Amino acid sequence: MKTILNEQELGLTIQRLSHELLENHLRYDNMVIIGIQPRGIFFSDRIVQQINQQINPDKITYGKLDNTFYRDDVRQGLHTLNQTDMPFSIQNKNVILVDDVLYTGRTIRAALDALLAYGRPAKVELCILIDRRFSRELPIQADYAGKSIDTIITQRVKVLWKERDGREEVVLL
Amino acid sequence: MQLSTKHLLGIRDLQASDIQIILDTATQFKEVLQRPIKKVPTLRDITIVNLFYENSTRTRISFELAEKRLSADTINFTASGSSVSKGESLLDTVNNILSMKVDMVVMRHSASGAPHFLAKHIPAAIVNAGDGINEHPTQALLDAFSIRENLGTLEGKKVAIIGDIMHSRVALSNIYLLKKMGAEVMVAGPPTLIPVHIAEAFNIPVEYNLRKALEWCDVANVLRIQLERQNQVLFSSLREYSLAYGINRKMLDSLSKEILIMHPGPINRGVELDSDAADSKQSIILQQVENGVAIRMAVLYLLAGNGSNL
Repeated sequence: MKTILNEQELGLTIQRLSHELLENHLRYDNMVIIGIQPRGIFFSDRIVQQINQQINPDKITYGKLDNTFYRDDVRQGLHTLNQTDMPFSIQNKNVILVDDVLYTGRTIRAALDALLAYGRPAKVELCILIDRRFSRELPIQADYAGKSIDTIITQRVKVLWKERDGREEVVLL
Repeated sequence: MQLSTKHLLGIRDLQASDIQIILDTATQFKEVLQRPIKKVPTLRDITIVNLFYENSTRTRISFELAEKRLSADTINFTASGSSVSKGESLLDTVNNILSMKVDMVVMRHSASGAPHFLAKHIPAAIVNAGDGINEHPTQALLDAFSIRENLGTLEGKKVAIIGDIMHSRVALSNIYLLKKMGAEVMVAGPPTLIPVHIAEAFNIPVEYNLRKALEWCDVANVLRIQLERQNQVLFSSLREYSLAYGINRKMLDSLSKEILIMHPGPINRGVELDSDAADSKQSIILQQVENGVAIRMAVLYLLAGNGSNL
């Protein structure tokens, strides 16, 4: 097991990403942040927390999206359903999808399809904590990435969060 | 996350954990039904036949809508106007349909046990949409879902099933389900409409006095008088039934607490339920219908994900 980001580095990375997001979205009121269930929401919670410290907290629309119904491997019985919480329209909004690890790109593909059931956003961007380069199976890339790493297929990247796993760290298994 | 069964033939065969999974899955599907685009592509590779050997409005539309919301391909079959009237047997009919590569069968039949018979002979997953006077599992599931939605939980809640217990598949499925989920169940109605050994068979109280049953319960699930299944006189007239067992506003107002009123539909207005009770804010009848789609989506989704043959 190798540590990719320790707790302090993780905190700094999240801080940097939230600043980058703000920098690129000067019209905050048009910005919608959507965490992808199940593991992306811990990361998106942190991002939103950081952003809310910088600007008026009421400005940011924040939702959580479960893409299970749209997955291409849904029939293999691997995925538990999670709550989708998007009580708002994304019509003409600038949506930022947030997930912890970008690997094959299939999760994001499903999330994009799920997202479009809620309207036609003006723009969709992708914010990722750990980008596993060279392992994509679909043409999907992150607009904001915390850290890019090179991995082989037998390795696993795990992001640990305090509220779920008791400690805060990114490890390579 | 998988069901322990390949078919949904009845609540009797389900474990409490299966019921929990179905109800929790339905919560997510209910959210899907609130979206601007109320359709997910999950079952787009599945073909489902709706075999209805008996009349139905709600259940058939609800299943069909659930299938469409899941993007499944559907075929509708009703006994009238088909080769059934030429004397084709149930098994032949179904095998012919399945040879056209159909993956799931949703079936209603007036003979109790018809879906169980099919399950023994065909490879497709079967969902029982009501068989004779045996079971109507999706109705019990949507009833439970509606109770849970309104009261938070099923555990410890008191549910009175009132009316024509004898001819009701809804009653039987509800009793199985509520007992498995830790609710208290009572059946109430005239002695002629309550099966003789139901109290011992299920270890549940039987009440012949409507007021006492309503005072006891948190939820009253009022059943339809099934005149089409009664081939002998079990009560003297509908008017008399209504006087003794009809629920109206006055009755509800005179109770010491506010109870929920449910009905699986179709209502015989003025017989088991008066309009002033059926349309009151205590009534969650239309909510039941709404939840029916979510429950059926959950059942189809879970069974499709289960089937090794699919």
